[in-house]
Amino acid sequence: MTRISGWGRFPRRDCRVVRARSEQDVARAVAEAPLIARGNGRAYGDSALNAGLTLDMRGMDRMLAFDPATGQLTAEAGVLLADVIEAFLPRGWFPMVTPGTRFVTLGGAIAADVHGKNHHCDGSFRACVDWVEVMGPDGTVTRTTPGEDLFDWTLGGMGLTGVILRAAIRLRPVETGWILQRTIPAPSLEAALDAFEANADAPYSVAWIDASTEGPHMGRALVMLGHHAPREAVPVRLRDRPVTARRQRLQVPFDLPGFTLNRYTVGAFNALYYRLGARKSGEHLVDWDSYFYPLDAIGNWNRMYGRRGFLQFQCALPLSTAQAGLTELLTRITAAGQASFLSVLKRFGPGEGRFSFPMEGYTLALDMPVNDRSLRLMSDLDRVTVAHGGRFYLAKDARLDRATLAEADPRAEAFAAWRRETGRAARFTSAQSERLGL
Amino acid sequence: MSAGKGAVLLLGAGSDMARATARAFAADGHPIQLAARHPERLTEDRADLETRYGVPVSLHAFDALDTASHAAFLSRLPELPQVAVCAVGYMGDQAESVADPEKATLVLRSNFEGPASILAHLANAMAARGSGVLVGISSVAGERGRQSNYVYGSAKAGFTAFLDGMRHRLAPTGVHVVTVKPGFVATAMTEGLDLPEKLTAQPDEVAAAIRTAVAKRRNTVWVRPVWRWIMAIIRAVPEPVFKRTKL
Ligand SMILES: Cc1cc2nc3c(=O)[nH]c(=O)nc-3n(C[C@H](O)[C@H](O)[C@H](O)COP(=O)(O)OP(=O)(O)OC[C@H]3O[C@@H](n4cnc5c(N)ncnc54)[C@H](O)[C@@H]3O)c2cc1C
Ligand SMILES: NC(=O)c1ccc[n+]([C@@H]2O[C@H](COP(=O)([O-])OP(=O)(O)OC[C@H]3O[C@@H](n4cnc5c(N)ncnc54)[C@H](OP(=O)(O)O)[C@@H]3O)[C@@H](O)[C@H]2O)c1
Repeated sequence: MTRISGWGRFPRRDCRVVRARSEQDVARAVAEAPLIARGNGRAYGDSALNAGLTLDMRGMDRMLAFDPATGQLTAEAGVLLADVIEAFLPRGWFPMVTPGTRFVTLGGAIAADVHGKNHHCDGSFRACVDWVEVMGPDGTVTRTTPGEDLFDWTLGGMGLTGVILRAAIRLRPVETGWILQRTIPAPSLEAALDAFEANADAPYSVAWIDASTEGPHMGRALVMLGHHAPREAVPVRLRDRPVTARRQRLQVPFDLPGFTLNRYTVGAFNALYYRLGARKSGEHLVDWDSYFYPLDAIGNWNRMYGRRGFLQFQCALPLSTAQAGLTELLTRITAAGQASFLSVLKRFGPGEGRFSFPMEGYTLALDMPVNDRSLRLMSDLDRVTVAHGGRFYLAKDARLDRATLAEADPRAEAFAAWRRETGRAARFTSAQSERLGL
Repeated sequence: MSAGKGAVLLLGAGSDMARATARAFAADGHPIQLAARHPERLTEDRADLETRYGVPVSLHAFDALDTASHAAFLSRLPELPQVAVCAVGYMGDQAESVADPEKATLVLRSNFEGPASILAHLANAMAARGSGVLVGISSVAGERGRQSNYVYGSAKAGFTAFLDGMRHRLAPTGVHVVTVKPGFVATAMTEGLDLPEKLTAQPDEVAAAIRTAVAKRRNTVWVRPVWRWIMAIIRAVPEPVFKRTKL
């Protein structure tokens, strides 16, 4: 038994963890007991925990083939996006879609159908997936392609359709490892939304949003736009750099005491961050690592929130209700005085798939320490989300209840039904699927 | 690509430590030779090294216990490697080894006789060429015989002494020998054991330590230095006291 958790370190469970190194190992595990596959544990909550059998897929981390004509990479599910970048950025390729950390596995990116800063242009991870090989409850392996039921449920299915063994994904050709970034300071939520709408053609966009200020500046944000820099935009001496990631120079070596991050320190941080960000006008070059993965530079930053861990709230709201919904959410958050260090706002393009998270509109993500106040606040935020026709991101969730999910997302019941009919509900279960009745 | 870089041979190539080590050397552009009892199980590993690093990779059948085949094994390699890393090992089950000396023999031969034989063949060929590095993965278990694992430990002790002796003998020839004492490593061999995190290395760490040791011609490598002190203490415990412990 090993005590494991998701990235938020809440909840923690004693689980029997078995590492798979080959398809045979996976077949043995699937035949043995109900289980869930686990990638690199970057989902925040309990989606990759099963006390009886958690199958650690990091042992299946081989790249199998690459076709430079199409950019198609075939690899086992335990390969990290970090490895993909290390191997292919020097050859001029970058992942088509990447979440805010490069330490996720291919299997995890597929199971959560992750989104990046380019969702409004390129869609979610599924947009680059040509096929997925999934081991079902009876041990048979199916290669499934877009348009098929199994494919559609697997992308976003949170590991509940079977064990993903391999996949073929398409990479994006890039001329350099640099991003041209432009920051637009937005003094209010309305200004932030306007900035997103006015820049719908920017390939990447995301906003850091201040979720600790009340009043007229509530929701002030720095909207950051970016695109891959062409060779001629980069000074000659920098063109072929940086091809490797920065080393993690900072480490959070132990749990910080829970009071380190409180409404005052976080409020002060947010104010400072906004002022510094607002000063950087115009377009400037940022290396890929700092641009896409600012947090990866600090090892174990999840320890910043102390021993009890932290929670992440992420919802998506449809375009028509986004402004009203976000205003309501921010009002509740600031009124509760709950410190949120990292709050992110992002415009989504049209949603796809049977159970994937994104929907056309806006997504808000913020985190807070685990305590009763946070839990109460998050239940409040759930109500606001449901009232505005929004939905929740299961890759971040550790605490949603079944009734709320059903109310927010009628697709959940269809997914659960399909799982029962195909024998998957009995074989693939996680702490999350049990909590949510999937 | 691999212009001018010598090949690196991994013996026991399917082990987690060997896989990590192969990647570390392939990343530097060395051609890789993977040798194991079931080379057909390594086709994905070959694809991985080729896809990630673009180096040539070959697969070879190799059984450490079949010492009579070792000379022929060497002659079939595409080239005499510049570096050979032996990760072959077999822990067995101490209780079974105690109850059945025949089982103990398999542990002794797998950790000492077999690895010593293949490295001896390689040593002679490298000495004739006048260059090369041999890396033997031994174990801290060989530092002192203990009731809980002296069968495995004694074989590793023998292997450690063999490596020491070869290093001494080969010093004038330009061939270098590295002895690796990894301490606990999170691999298939130790899966399911409840190992203390601070004392347990990841296979990548072992691989990085081997790469550095080869480049800098280190003699003995303790992957996590704390192990050196732990074993010094265990060695220093007087026998009358030691006999009363459960180590
Ligand atoms: C700092 C940070 C930033 C993030 N930013 C974003 C972001 O911008 N956008 C976004 O979408 N997400 C984001 N995430 C969430 C993260 O991308 C997802 O949770 C992703 O699923 C994690 O992948 P993993 O390999 O760590 O999987 P795990 O966390 O181990 O597992 C996540 C889910 O995938 C399933 N799974 C994993 N491997 C397999 C497999 N081989 N077969 C079947 N199922 C499998 C698990 O069962 C589980 O349901 C972020 C997370 C962090 C920590
Ligand atoms: N894990 C630890 O904590 C630890 C600590 C100190 C030292 N070590 C040593 O580190 C080395 C690598 O071990 P590991 O932890 O990675 O465990 P492992 O996966 O069990 O590796 C042992 C390897 O030896 C191979 N092998 C065994 N007998 C063989 C034979 N007769 N011929 C050819 N190959 C043979 C096995 O190949 P098959 O796949 O064919 O069985 C396997 O690949 C071993 O020498 C081990 O003793 C391990």
